[in-house]
Amino acid sequence: MRARVYVTLKPSVFDPQGRVVADALVTLGYQDVKDVRQGKFFEVELADADPATAKARVTEMADKLLANPVIESYRVEVLQ
Amino acid sequence: MKFAVVVFPGSNSDYDAFYAASRVVGEQAELVWHKDTDLNGADAVILPGGFAHGDYLRTGAIARFSPIMSAVKSFADRGGPVLGICNGFQVLLEAGLLPGAMVRNDRIKFVSQLVPVRVEQTDTPFTTACASKQVLRLPIAHGEGNYYAPPDQLEQLEANRQVIFRYASDGGEVGTEWNPNGSLNNIAGICNRQRNVVGLMPHPERAAELPLGSADGRVVLASVVKALQDPKSSRPQDLTKA
Repeated sequence: MRARVYVTLKPSVFDPQGRVVADALVTLGYQDVKDVRQGKFFEVELADADPATAKARVTEMADKLLANPVIESYRVEVLQ
Repeated sequence: MKFAVVVFPGSNSDYDAFYAASRVVGEQAELVWHKDTDLNGADAVILPGGFAHGDYLRTGAIARFSPIMSAVKSFADRGGPVLGICNGFQVLLEAGLLPGAMVRNDRIKFVSQLVPVRVEQTDTPFTTACASKQVLRLPIAHGEGNYYAPPDQLEQLEANRQVIFRYASDGGEVGTEWNPNGSLNNIAGICNRQRNVVGLMPHPERAAELPLGSADGRVVLASVVKALQDPKSSRPQDLTKA
């Protein structure tokens, strides 16, 4: 069983890396780029469990380690 | 008195801190491995600079779960003085011993330079030998020293006088032009509510003797010696030995 965790900086936190990436894209000619927010992506392999339990486990992991709740928010997806 | 300097895999200022505490300040010091569970009767703890666990995931995020951190936390809870320097500061933030978090420097650059840092408060065990608003010249060397706290938390920090060091000019003025990393309110170091846990991004241990370009950092470590001799000179509620 596999779960995906997407971690991003909260909207209120300035993302200097995303800003630089956005500037680079504009420099490359993508004038339509308004902003980029950079984040982290995790794929977690789990022993088989029912999806609800898996989601609860991975959410706990995200809270405890994968994301820092002071500056980051996260989203958990469980794949069937 | 005795300092314990915690060594994480990837620490690189551990010996600098050990040297400054033992040779420069002239107190006992001991290196303690992160897998140890006991601070061996230390009177003060230093979490040194470096790249604990390679800074993987987030700075300090893995180190926070090292076995020694339970001992550091209970030592701090008893009022024991704990100093986190650079990566050690990041570990204290991740561990929740200090409020807030670090994000990337605003100009995405690793900044390595000697900077003036103003001492904001002298009632912590690591600033008690400083003069109020004294400007220390200390080196910084970090890519992630951009201090962040949500607005309400930042307001509380200021109201409780928990901002201990600020980036400033040589003359002690605070302004964005002297902010090397985008840190909110020019924050270079803070303390907890009880004032016994202090974290700062600059490296006092790397500037404790003149041949290193500045000896201003010595006073930070010397402060704790003074604080422990005269617990009234700083405010930790209980400085009884572990």
